[in-house]
Amino acid sequence: MAGDTIAAIATSMTNSGIGIVRISGGESFSVIDRIYRSKDRKKILSQMPSHTVHYGYIYDEDKVIDEVMVLIMRAPNSYTAEDTIEIDCHGGALVMKRILETVIKYGARIAEPGEFTKRAFLNGRIDLSQAESVIEVINAKNDFALKTSVDQLQGKLKNKITRIKDKILYEIAFIESSLDDPEHISTDGYSDKLNENIIKIIIELEQLMQTAEYGTVLKEGIDTVIVGKPNAGKSSLMNVLLGRDRAIVTDIEGTTRDVLEEQINLNGISLNLVDTAGIRETNDEVEKIGVNKAKEYLSKADLIIYTVDASTEIDHNDEKILRQLKGHKVIVLLNKSDLRKKVSEKQIEDKLLSLEISFKILSVSAKEQQGFEELKSIIQEMFFSKEIKVNDQIYITNIRHKNALCSARDSLRMVQKSIEDQMPEDFYSIDLRNAYEQLGYITGDSIGEDLVNEIFSKFCMGK
Amino acid sequence: MPFLEESYDICVVGAGHAGCEAALACARLGLETILFTISIESIAMMPCNPNIGGSSKGHLVREVDALGGQMGINIDKTFIQSKMLNRSKGPAVHSLRAQADKAEYSRLMRITLEHTEGLTLRQAEVTDLIVEDGKVQGVKTHSGASYYSKAVILCTGTYLNARCLYGDVVNYTGPNGLQSANHLTKSLREHQVEIFRFKTGTPARIDKRSIDFSKMQEQSGDDRVIPFSFTTDPKEVQIDQVSCWLTYTNDKTHQIINDNLDRSPLYSGMIEGTGPRYCPSIEDKVVKFADKERHQVFIEPEGRNSNEMYVGGMSSSLPEDVQYEMYHTVPGLEHAKIVRNAYAIEYDCINPRQLYPTLEFRNIHGLFSGGQFNGSSGYEEAAAQGLVAGINAAMYVLGKEPLILDRSESYIGVLIDDLVTKENHEPYRMMTSRAEYRLLLRQDNADLRLSKKGHQIGLVSEDRYHWVIEKERLIDQEIQRIEHTAIGANAAVQKLLEDHGSALLKTATTLAELIRRPELCYEDLADIDPQRKELAADVIEQVNIHIKYDGYIKRQLKQVKEFKKLENKKLPERFDYRQVKGLRIEAKQKLNLYQPVNVGQASRIAGVSPADISVLLVYLEQSNRK
Repeated sequence: MAGDTIAAIATSMTNSGIGIVRISGGESFSVIDRIYRSKDRKKILSQMPSHTVHYGYIYDEDKVIDEVMVLIMRAPNSYTAEDTIEIDCHGGALVMKRILETVIKYGARIAEPGEFTKRAFLNGRIDLSQAESVIEVINAKNDFALKTSVDQLQGKLKNKITRIKDKILYEIAFIESSLDDPEHISTDGYSDKLNENIIKIIIELEQLMQTAEYGTVLKEGIDTVIVGKPNAGKSSLMNVLLGRDRAIVTDIEGTTRDVLEEQINLNGISLNLVDTAGIRETNDEVEKIGVNKAKEYLSKADLIIYTVDASTEIDHNDEKILRQLKGHKVIVLLNKSDLRKKVSEKQIEDKLLSLEISFKILSVSAKEQQGFEELKSIIQEMFFSKEIKVNDQIYITNIRHKNALCSARDSLRMVQKSIEDQMPEDFYSIDLRNAYEQLGYITGDSIGEDLVNEIFSKFCMGK
Repeated sequence: MPFLEESYDICVVGAGHAGCEAALACARLGLETILFTISIESIAMMPCNPNIGGSSKGHLVREVDALGGQMGINIDKTFIQSKMLNRSKGPAVHSLRAQADKAEYSRLMRITLEHTEGLTLRQAEVTDLIVEDGKVQGVKTHSGASYYSKAVILCTGTYLNARCLYGDVVNYTGPNGLQSANHLTKSLREHQVEIFRFKTGTPARIDKRSIDFSKMQEQSGDDRVIPFSFTTDPKEVQIDQVSCWLTYTNDKTHQIINDNLDRSPLYSGMIEGTGPRYCPSIEDKVVKFADKERHQVFIEPEGRNSNEMYVGGMSSSLPEDVQYEMYHTVPGLEHAKIVRNAYAIEYDCINPRQLYPTLEFRNIHGLFSGGQFNGSSGYEEAAAQGLVAGINAAMYVLGKEPLILDRSESYIGVLIDDLVTKENHEPYRMMTSRAEYRLLLRQDNADLRLSKKGHQIGLVSEDRYHWVIEKERLIDQEIQRIEHTAIGANAAVQKLLEDHGSALLKTATTLAELIRRPELCYEDLADIDPQRKELAADVIEQVNIHIKYDGYIKRQLKQVKEFKKLENKKLPERFDYRQVKGLRIEAKQKLNLYQPVNVGQASRIAGVSPADISVLLVYLEQSNRK
């Protein structure tokens, strides 16, 4: 389906060093020309030769978003064989999201899962022998997108959007039934009423869109809290998972006095990793704050990784932590398995079973970096089997979703414009339908039979 | 024992609205055609409401006409009242509806059939299909006679294993007490055709002399009638019209219905068939919309010379005595005498998802079908399918390309695509909300949309075709001129704007911009447009619509472009989707079962996901390159 221009974040959505936003399609250059400015503001990328790299800034109107390097490739000499642009930015989930949003605003649309690869194939860049792997890429990416997106949609957000959709559907059904049966259903005075309802719906949509702004970005992912008594190796574990030194690791108990929050990506699944101060009785005021905060995080966690120092006996601090695990999904890590074990898996199992806590247990060594592949696959398994659920606060964390909300809002504004222009009622339903379909992208359904059912159930018509 | 044997190119079974269009199309395309009917008297009979057209159905009639069908011509000559519905709404939903003189409508259609060369009428009940090697070879009748043919079109309407019910009375007949067809279902089942059982109903007919019209509101037709057919001279349809009448049910009516619900076969469970939600019986309305204090009742004449009046809005299957009691509560019907009782009718039809969009059965070559047999309802839906089935049966016999209309070019395309692609559990009625590109599918431009196709098929004459081409040229030319005619803010212009309550000009603009103002139209601007040439009314109408709704039309055209991309990707026939790696199991099963003709149709099948469509596209590309 060549023709339209697609965009996506090409790197994973974490706060890693460098992020790439990729654009492909006939409009790529017109999009980049509208958002890119060089230092002297004179460079126009569409006039630059293919396969060159340009330093500059991405702007949304007058607002600078990030300092970037832009790589331009002209058709057919690119991966997709279309005009392709790659924007290398400083990374950080928020910045990448903002750049992608800007690209979308200026004419691209969000790529379907695996669409770059699909285009590469359809445009002849990938040869026949690889066709099957293309299909696999599409399916894998799609499965993942579906799973993550559906999980994100559990709960309140889905209900909220469904309620908005229902309101729109009612209006469409009213208009449609009046068109199908004008002698039964009159539209006198309807446009004023519709306008009032639309104003309310637009406000609701905008409130949802605002939740997607700064601050909530880190909410995307599984809230994972690492707990354990002091010096059980929580910070080492965090560092191993992050792949770099973030937390200060010493042998002195109580080193981590605050709470460290990081986002990591485990084979495509985002974790919001929280490293807590070791929970113990303390008189140190600063450490106390840390401990209290840790408890607060615990209560909100989607997943708890309980780190046990296998080289020391279980003490009253461990007992205290164990009691707080109730009602949570828990992975127990017997750390320091490289040292002589003083705690056995059996011991922990008995304790947790007596507290009726469901858990998984494995031995690791943060120091020797052993056992972490297994940890990753356990987390992945729990995610896909829906054992762990992502928090269900009403946050729009997905750009695709935000984009759909935005389009729905714009369609409703078109309806307002039609009302203002005194267009006949049937014109309202064109854009009401578009708004409905946009929201349907989020909840995963389209108008089809919904409308016919709504018409027949809400309005009495017929000979 | 010797039996009668005859040979034709095409057999058409049933002479209702579908069968008539099918047979006429085949015969007009030069094929020897035989049309079977259980009763010659029931040709093009209207067993329910006495009108043709209505919202979205009027569009279908226009499209049938543009393709060279008969319905529009027939109603233009036999209507007794006509109205353009939704006039206060946008042009896309304007819809013609005419009250028919039922007897005249039927009589004129019969005359037309009888005067069509190559068309044979035969009164007989068809009982069996003759099928060999998955190919239809003809039909057998109840008498044992064999009629061999290259194609067969089934348009059996509501006659298959039909039974009519009210109260505890059951008549094993088709509509209006006509003989039902009790054998063909068995033959269809033997050929693995999947059968559904549907139900519909009709209200009572009441003697005009027993009605007190003074208690009702008169509903008259339009002052200036617009014909259905593009070939009808508008002067010929300015006739004396008869009136319809409006009255209402009330709490007494509803009380009687509620008190007697247990005596309705619908509620006692005697009726097995699935009824349509869009024309509910009065008992359904009272039960489902209990908070409505009253329902409208339209009293409509069945003909100019008939005493029978149709009680629109009060179809029922309640017992005879309850029918009397309930009709008598309605103002004006206090002393009404029933001529024919209201009744529900049950009948066999097929699951239309066994058909290709050509309306040919997927598993029996040369067998086509149309109308209520395909699970639709309504005269217009029937005629539209009958015409398409007729054309495609003819194309099949002649070895030519079939006619498949898509959702972006016609309501007929929407109708057939819905029937053959979507799950359907009730008689299907056309609705304007089903057409996603309806701004382009207007009743006023059906000729511009479809006459070229009708001409290509051979049902639209050379003259008519040339007129459409010329009309198109005149419209384009005038739109161009209007878009480029500058209008200055001079005294004459300001005066005209003031007279129409429109804002005065501050700077120069174009004629087109003025036409886009809601309070102005093309005709209003004649005085400030000296270059204007005289144009026919239908050309002006198109110019007006195109300029006024330009923005919306362009947006829909863009959507259509997207839609066409998938629609143009053809899928192979009788293809085994199990061999496509990467499709999910459900998609494989659904695609194997329904064998969509293109990727667009595949995408509309429930259970086929967007990811499956991507896989299909890659697969297609892969096999194209081999």
